[in-house]
Amino acid sequence: MKCRKCGATAVIHMRQHKLALCGEHYLTWLPEQVERFIFKYRMFTRAEKVLVAVSGGKDSLGLWDILHRLGYRTEGLYIGLGIEQNYSDESRHLSEQFAAARGLTLHVVDVEEKFGSTIPELSVISNRGHGKPCSVCGLSKRYIMNRAALEGGFDALATGHNLDDEVAVLMQNTFNWAAGYLARQAPVLPAQDGLVRKVKPLCRIYEREMTAYCLLRGIEYIYEECPHAEGSSTIYYKEILNKMEGDRPGAKLQFYLSFLQARENGLFANIKQEVELHPCERCGQPTSAPGECAWCRMWDKVKLVKRTVTANPESVPLLGLAAQA
Amino acid sequence: MATVKIKYRNKEYEVNTGMTVREAIKKIGLEPEAVLAVHDGKLITDDIVLREGMEIKLVAVVSGGTLPAPSGRWARGER
Ligand code: SF4
Ligand SMILES: [Zn+2]
Ligand SMILES: [Zn+2]
Repeated sequence: MKCRKCGATAVIHMRQHKLALCGEHYLTWLPEQVERFIFKYRMFTRAEKVLVAVSGGKDSLGLWDILHRLGYRTEGLYIGLGIEQNYSDESRHLSEQFAAARGLTLHVVDVEEKFGSTIPELSVISNRGHGKPCSVCGLSKRYIMNRAALEGGFDALATGHNLDDEVAVLMQNTFNWAAGYLARQAPVLPAQDGLVRKVKPLCRIYEREMTAYCLLRGIEYIYEECPHAEGSSTIYYKEILNKMEGDRPGAKLQFYLSFLQARENGLFANIKQEVELHPCERCGQPTSAPGECAWCRMWDKVKLVKRTVTANPESVPLLGLAAQA
Repeated sequence: MATVKIKYRNKEYEVNTGMTVREAIKKIGLEPEAVLAVHDGKLITDDIVLREGMEIKLVAVVSGGTLPAPSGRWARGER
C-alpha cells in the first residue's frame, strides 16, 4: 500500500478515513487533526495554560507531545497511585523521562508521599469499591486533577481520552439509558463553580492511531495495563466495538459523531444539565454532597484506622513543593 | 508449507506463508482493529503478504486501565 501524499510505502492504513500514509506524513497528519479538533470544539488557545494529565500511557504522552509540538503552553501532572510497585514506578519513570527529554515541567503528586497512604490501601481501609481500588482511584484522580489545575492557575485540564474511550463510555451509557451522563459527555466541559474546564483533544482520534503515533515518534510508554483493568467494562465494550469496526470501517467514529450531532440538535435538551455544586465545607472543592465532599469523608475514615496519614489532607499543597525540595 | 512466526504479548503463533497480515491476525483469533503489525522494527500495513523468513510482532492498541475517569462522572463533578 502506498502513501497518499508521496507514494512511498505506507506504514498505516486507516480504513475509517480511506487513508494510508508513510511514517513521515503520518507524523504531520495526526497533529494537524488534533489541532483541527481543538479549534472546532474551542478547547483552548495558545494564550492559555493547559495542564495535561499524564499516566505514562500512549494516549497521554502522545497527547502531550502533540500539544507541545503545536506550540501550546502545557505542563504535565502525574498522579502516583501506588498500584503494584512495578506498574506505578515504571509509569512514573516514563513520564519523567518524557518531560525531561523535552524540557517540560511535570508535576508529580504521589498520593502516598503527600498524604501517607496508597490508593489500594485507601480502598481497603475506607471500604469503598467492593474490593477493587478503581472507585477510590477514580475519585482521587478527579479530585487531585481539579485541585491541582486550580492551584496552578491553569485554564484547562486536558486528558488523553481517545475515540475508543469515548465510544466505549457512550455505548455503556446508552445501554443503561443513563440520560444524565449522556447529556454531559462532550469534547469540552466548560468551567463551572470551582471545576476547571476539561478538554479531550483526542476525542476523535482512534486508539490505534495513537499507538501508531507513539511507535513512529519513538515515545516510550507503558505497555502493560494497570493490573486492575482486567475484565473492566471499558475493555469489554472496546472489544465488541472493534469487531464492529472490522466489519464496518468507521463504525466507531460514526457512532460518536452522530451522538454529538444528536446532542447538538437537542436530543438531551430536557435533561437537567448542571448538577448543583457547592464548596466542600472542609477543602472548598466543589461537591454535590451536602457538607463535606467524598474525598474528605474518605480521609476522615482512614485517619481513624491509620494514624500516620496526614492530619489535614485539605491543606497539603499539591504543586510546587517538589520543585523546592 | 513454510510458516511465519507471529508474536503477540507473551505468546508465539505460526501461520502459513502466502496469506496477508490481516488474514493472519484473524486466523489467530484477534481483531485487526485491535493491533498494529511490526516487521523488522517497522510498522507495516496489513495488506502485506507473509513470506518465508518474516517475523511479525503484533502490538496491542487497546488499553482500559489508565483512563483518568469515566466521562459521565467527570462531567458531573462527582466526588
Ligand atoms: S484500573 Fe487501575 S488505574 Fe484504572 S481506575 Fe482501576 S486501579 Fe485505577
Ligand atoms: Zn508520504
Ligand atoms: Zn473536601
